[in-house]
Amino acid sequence: MEANNRWFIAVTVLLALLLAVMPLPHNWLWFRPSFTALLVIFWITRMPQNLGVGFAWLVGLLEDLVTGATIGTHALALGVLAYFSLLTYQRTRAFNPAQQLMWVFILVGINQVVGNWVHGLAGKPVPGLTFLWPAITSALLWPWVAPWLGLMAGRLQVR
Amino acid sequence: MLGLVAAALIVIGIYTDWLQPLRERVTGLVAPFYWITDTPERVGDWAGEQLRTREELLEENGRLKRQVLLLEQRSQLLAALKAENTQLKELMNSADAVDERVLVAQIIGVSPDPLEHVLVIDKGRDDGVGLGTPIMDASGLLGQVIEAGDSASRVLLITDASHAIPVQVLRNSVRAVAEGTGDLYRLKLRHLANTSDIREGDLLLSSGLGGRFPDGYPVGEVISVQRDPGRAFVEAEVQPRGRMNRSRFVLAVIEERDSENGAADSIERERDRGSE
Repeated sequence: MEANNRWFIAVTVLLALLLAVMPLPHNWLWFRPSFTALLVIFWITRMPQNLGVGFAWLVGLLEDLVTGATIGTHALALGVLAYFSLLTYQRTRAFNPAQQLMWVFILVGINQVVGNWVHGLAGKPVPGLTFLWPAITSALLWPWVAPWLGLMAGRLQVR
Repeated sequence: MLGLVAAALIVIGIYTDWLQPLRERVTGLVAPFYWITDTPERVGDWAGEQLRTREELLEENGRLKRQVLLLEQRSQLLAALKAENTQLKELMNSADAVDERVLVAQIIGVSPDPLEHVLVIDKGRDDGVGLGTPIMDASGLLGQVIEAGDSASRVLLITDASHAIPVQVLRNSVRAVAEGTGDLYRLKLRHLANTSDIREGDLLLSSGLGGRFPDGYPVGEVISVQRDPGRAFVEAEVQPRGRMNRSRFVLAVIEERDSENGAADSIERERDRGSE
């Protein structure tokens, strides 16, 4: 049996969930980046043969349970996100950093749109386009998160 | 396929309460997440307590002693009033006031969703907190428990856009319903009759109607009244008394009822009404 260090994926998921419920001042809540979305994009682009929509769905379900959102919201949103990441992982890898940043913005944006749709369904007031802020902050974090995760995953030889 | 499952879960979660038991179980299980992310805050509190000078402590001690004296004097007055009140109520053959037990809980987390005003507290069913338990701080009502886990619960604040609480004006007992607005510092009174006597500065107390909140706790203060003769109703804005995003410790008011069923029934009824 060879070590594939898959536990590192679980660790990053745990970290992302912790960051998802990190207390923030109320006015900053709109800008909280979606760390789980970044994580799903990263892992699927790195290991598209092993991870897929199911993985994203599970992460989303965990996020729903931890944050107390309507169960299924993040599962659905991250599932959709994972589907698009799977379709485009070859391109995502070949993009230069600026293109990657834009692409991550679009992917997380899709994630936010789905989440926002569920909010609307639940009868919560949805104010304008503010729900897209996390897409912007997430995209801006990508150039820091992705290389660090890549470095760690490379060191640990996660397969 | 998974998308369908998720969509089904969402629909079930929004339109029914079948998932409620699961959510309550989970509330307890995920409490450690909130506890961990709360650590910096707690370290800060601890440091703030440890790194005080002797003078500051002495001064605080003196202030607290004075405060205790004042409060004791007031509570003595209260005891006499309470006795008198009970006597009068007996004369009128009305029901006894419910005995209430107050439990101090600590806020360990805040919902990450900016659209909902939900707190996580470190007390749950093991401590007697249940669905609908009112939560308050030193200055007023904060909200009610919507999910009670074993050792942690989620509290919906009265300012959440989906929350409404029956209130009455202290001055003249005019009744109204204070709705949350999604803004932490505003409640709204809607559908007040044009002739109703309500002014700026009126203090609103919980009225106890609906059976969810105990009566007589301060909810907020009226800060503006819009009287437009062309409209059918008067609207008033209310500033909540409880400090919605500043309290660190809150009080859970646990009613000591004879039958648990009474409370559960009223909650059931209220939920049915809510879903209609």
